[in-house]
Amino acid sequence: MAGLHLEFVSPERVLFAGDVDQVDLPGAEGDMGILPGHAPLVTALRPGIVTVFREGRREPIVVIGGTAEVSPAGLTVLADRAVPREDFDLSTLAGEIKDAEEDVADTTDPAQRDKLTRHLEQLKSLQSALAS
Amino acid sequence: MPSLKDLRSRIASTKATQKITRAMQMVASSKLRRARAAAEAARPYAGAMDKVLGNIAASVAGSGEAPRLLRGTGSDNTHLLLVCTAERGLCGAFNTAIVRLARDRAIALMNEGKEVKFFCVGRKGYDQLKRTYEKQIVEMVDLRSVRTLQFENARMIAEKIIALFDKFGFDVCTLFYSRFRSVIAQVPTAQQIIPPVFEADAAEALGGAVYEFEPDAEDILHDLLPRNVAVQIFRALLENAASFYGAQMSAMDNATRNAGDMIRRQTLTYNRTRQAMITKELIEIISGAEAL
Repeated sequence: MAGLHLEFVSPERVLFAGDVDQVDLPGAEGDMGILPGHAPLVTALRPGIVTVFREGRREPIVVIGGTAEVSPAGLTVLADRAVPREDFDLSTLAGEIKDAEEDVADTTDPAQRDKLTRHLEQLKSLQSALAS
Repeated sequence: MPSLKDLRSRIASTKATQKITRAMQMVASSKLRRARAAAEAARPYAGAMDKVLGNIAASVAGSGEAPRLLRGTGSDNTHLLLVCTAERGLCGAFNTAIVRLARDRAIALMNEGKEVKFFCVGRKGYDQLKRTYEKQIVEMVDLRSVRTLQFENARMIAEKIIALFDKFGFDVCTLFYSRFRSVIAQVPTAQQIIPPVFEADAAEALGGAVYEFEPDAEDILHDLLPRNVAVQIFRALLENAASFYGAQMSAMDNATRNAGDMIRRQTLTYNRTRQAMITKELIEIISGAEAL
């Protein structure tokens, strides 16, 4: 079977471009695995870990937000920020969580606060996933 | 005729100038390397963003539910020209070329009876546009204090533009910057960012299939469209930075070479004058001796 063409980019650099076997994405409404020939799909990403399966190996990459698009041409991941897991610095995440907590405390608009609280929880669950 | 001392000091000052231009060239070339790498690294993201948005736009086009940022206001009476230039000069025609492209566009639009507004990023473009269009400049962003360009800088500009758009400040926004092709070639470019223009083949890429959206199209577009504006501006600024150093490098290279030519000419004049004086003195001595 033909591989899945993956283009994984962040504003600063290209993290990955080429054919892979499978990609697991942290979608905004739940994790999903993308295999070659997936139906066209656009999803927002929550902070989490993208796993790239290639030649029998797994490559975990930490993403903080972004968008993924599946089209017949392949999968495109537009990450707001992305770092390979082994290079990821937990202290930056801790700082991020602190900022998010302050944001939640500062907002008065309930809809906005809901959104920020969800973002904060996602960051925290990412932190616990990375710590284990 | 200038004295020997005048000529000597003239040569010394040209040499000093040459030293400065050579130093500036070297500084520009080392900064160029970094700026160029940053600009080239940003291209794939901007390109991918463009492609994804193009696909999404094509698939929601029929539904009539597209957000205003995507489909525009439906008219094109007011144009906002976002002119990105450098903060400094000494870079040849770099700033002038961008401003000229923007000005030509502005004149063409005004002849059609459209209203034109300017949004300047960079002091040099502002200075040049101020002369003719002072009243039409709505905003000016100065990036002089910014050492390395961050995505945050672009986001701040994008937020201002989107706020202006939400207030019905304009209908169409066009971005002017200089695309970096090589050290000697920088291409002034105009790119329409609101509403975004996509390449025509985007619609065929899907082959008629319909996207599934998670959570839903509205949320995703609501998130993605402002981000796209910021990304396109970010890329333009990075390209501009690389182009600027490229232009400065070749301008300073020219200046160094011209200074070298000038030094050679001045040295020639200096030596000729010196020789002429020696000959004159000799003639005086010899003719004085003969007269005895």
